[in-house]
Amino acid sequence: MKIHEYQAKELLRQYGVLVPEGKVAETPEEVEQIARELGGVVVVKAQIHAGGRGKGGGVKVVKSPEEARAAGEAILGMQLVTHQTGPEGQKVKKVWVEKGSNIAKEFYAGLTLDREKVRDTFMVSTEGGMEIEKVAAETPDKIVKAAIDPAFGLQPFEATRLAFALGLEGKAVRKAASFFMSLYKAYTESDATLAEINPLVLTEEGDIIAVDAKMNFDDNAMYRHKDIAAWRDLDEEDAAEVEASEFDLNFIKLDGSVGCMVNGAGLAMATMDIIKFSGGDPANFLDVGGTANAESVRNAFRIILKDTNVKAVLINIFGGIVRCDRVAQGIIDALTGDEVSVNVPVVVRLEGTNAEQASEMLNNAPLEFIVATDLKDAAEKVVAAAK
Amino acid sequence: MSILVNKDTRVVVQGFTGSEGSFHAAQMIEYGTNVVSGVTPGKGGTMHLKRPVFNSVAEAVEETGANCSVIFVPPPFAGDGIMEAIDAEIDLVICITEGIPAAEMLKVHRKLELSKTRLVGPNCPGVITPGEAKVGIMPAFIHKPGTIGLISRSGTLTYEAVHQLVAAGLGQSTAIGIGGDPIIGTNFTDALKLFNADPDTEGVVLIGEIGGNAEEMAAAYIQEHFRKPVVSFIAGATAPPGRRMGHAGAIISGGKGTAADKKEALKNAGIFVSETPALIGQTMLEALGR
Repeated sequence: MKIHEYQAKELLRQYGVLVPEGKVAETPEEVEQIARELGGVVVVKAQIHAGGRGKGGGVKVVKSPEEARAAGEAILGMQLVTHQTGPEGQKVKKVWVEKGSNIAKEFYAGLTLDREKVRDTFMVSTEGGMEIEKVAAETPDKIVKAAIDPAFGLQPFEATRLAFALGLEGKAVRKAASFFMSLYKAYTESDATLAEINPLVLTEEGDIIAVDAKMNFDDNAMYRHKDIAAWRDLDEEDAAEVEASEFDLNFIKLDGSVGCMVNGAGLAMATMDIIKFSGGDPANFLDVGGTANAESVRNAFRIILKDTNVKAVLINIFGGIVRCDRVAQGIIDALTGDEVSVNVPVVVRLEGTNAEQASEMLNNAPLEFIVATDLKDAAEKVVAAAK
Repeated sequence: MSILVNKDTRVVVQGFTGSEGSFHAAQMIEYGTNVVSGVTPGKGGTMHLKRPVFNSVAEAVEETGANCSVIFVPPPFAGDGIMEAIDAEIDLVICITEGIPAAEMLKVHRKLELSKTRLVGPNCPGVITPGEAKVGIMPAFIHKPGTIGLISRSGTLTYEAVHQLVAAGLGQSTAIGIGGDPIIGTNFTDALKLFNADPDTEGVVLIGEIGGNAEEMAAAYIQEHFRKPVVSFIAGATAPPGRRMGHAGAIISGGKGTAADKKEALKNAGIFVSETPALIGQTMLEALGR
C-alpha cells in the first residue's frame, strides 16, 4: 500500500524524524493561509502517489502568501503527468505546503528488504535528489549499504557508519545517526516495505531533515495498522481494481482486448503470456481465487466487461480441489442470470477434476461458449475471437 | 526415490482442527500420507480424524515422533507457528498459509539460519511424492510416480505443468511448491541441490515468475553444478512493472526481476526455456532426448 508524502511526513514526525513544518491544503485560500502562518519562503507540493512531481510542474517554491495562492491555483486540480503516472496523468486534489529549507547539502537515504540477503537494508548516498535506480546503475560505488540483523535491529554504530559514509562532520554525524535510528524504528514498527528520503538534507543550520518522504507498506500486515490503512487513497487506484478487491478478486487492468479469468496468480500470469504469444493482447490480470463459484464468476465478468476494449474473454481454470463441473455450473449460472449480460465471445478451458463432465455441461448449455481443449488451443481461439 | 517426503515421513498438522486444516488433513490421510498427530493449542488431549491432538508441537514430536509439520494456521499466527516448529527441532516444516507479514518472515528466516530445520513456503501448495506422501493442498490425483522433479513458485501453474508432464508420459519423483512470497524458506537452489543428489530424479522442471532474482541464482548454480536436464518456464512476461501480480513476491521493481532477464540467465546456463506455458511437457521430452 502506498501513502502520500504528507502522510509519510506525519508518520515520521511521530517517530522523531525531523521534517519541515507544514500543512495539507485543498483550496488556494488554504494554501495562502498556511503560507502566511509559516512565513517566508514556502514550498507547495502536489500530493499524488507517483514520483517525478517536480519535473511535471507539481512543485513550486514561492516567496509570499500571494504567490503561494497562485501556486495553489495552478497545481490543485491539474492533471499532473510524470514518468510514473502514464500519459493521462493523475488529478491533484491536495497540496502539501511546507516551510522552505535552507539546503546546505542533499543526500539520499532508503530502507527496503534485500530479498537475496533476507535482511532489511539501509542505503545511503551522497547523490541526493537523483533517481536512486540511476545511481545504482551508473555509479554503484556511490551507494553505501548496511544489512540489518532482524534479531537486533539497526545498531547505533551502524547508523553512525552510514552518517560518516555521507561525509558528514561534527554534530551533523550524531544528528544523522539519530535520524537513521528513528527512520528504522518508523519503518519496522509500521510494517513498511519501503522508506525513501530523497533528498535527505543537511540544512545551513546544521540539522538533518527529510525534505521528501516516500513510504510503502506490506498489504499483509495492514490488519494490525488500522491508522495507516485508513490513509489508503482510492482516488489513486483504478476504480475497477478497487471494486474487484471488495469481492476478493485480484484484478489488474491492462491495455489489450482479451479479458482473462483464471484461478491462481501464476497461471493467470502464464495465461496472459500465452495470449500475447498467440498474437493477442491481454486486457487484464484476474485471479478468481480458489473457489470460482457463480458469484465470483459473475463479479469477475462484470468487472472485465466494464472495459469496452474487451472483445473476447478467456476463462482458464485448473480444477484441483475445486471440481470443474462445479466451476462450469458457476459459469452457466452467472451467464444465464439477469445480472450480467455478456456480448462478447467467451472461450472456456477447464482442466483437472471432472473436466470432461464440465465440457459436456458447457456444450449442452443454452449459451454460446467456445470450448477449448488445452492452454494453446484456448489462447489461439480467444485471440481469433477478439479480432 | 524422492526428496523431502516419502511413505515414512511422520506428519503433524498445525491448525489441525480448523476448517482448512481438517479438510486437507483428511485429504492427505486418504492419499496414504502418514499423518500421526495434530496441534491446536487448547484442544490437547482430544482426538480428531482418529489422530491425537496436542497443545504444542514439542508434545506432538515427543509423543508421536513427528518429523514433518504442515501449517494451516491463519496468517497473523502462522509466523509464530513456524517458530514453534523450529523450536521443536522438526526436520521439515511446510507452511501453506498465505498472507504472513514480511516482518514476521524476516524473524522466522533468521531463526531458520541458526537451526537444522528446513522450511518450505509459506504461501505454497506443499510437497508431494506421488504414490507415497502428499503434504499440502495440491490435487493428488493429477500426479503420477516417476523421475521428473518439479520446483515452482506458483500453485495452479504447477498443476498445469504436472498435467502436461503426465500427458507426455512423464511421472514425478517429487513436486515442490516453494511459494510466492518475497521471503521463503527453501529456494530454487536449495531444492535443486536435493534433486541433484537424488539418483531417481532424471530431470527437473523449474517454474519461476517475475520478481526477485532466485531464478538467476538458480541458473548460476545449474551451470556450475547441476548434472541433469532442466526445463524452465517464467510467468509474467506481459506483467507491467511496479504492480504486484497476485503473489506478494511477483513484482518488477526498479527495472529488476523481469521475465526477460530471468529467461536470458536461464538460457545462458544451458537450460531449456519453454517460451509458452503450453510447451512445458513437450520441452521436457526434448530435453531428455525422447
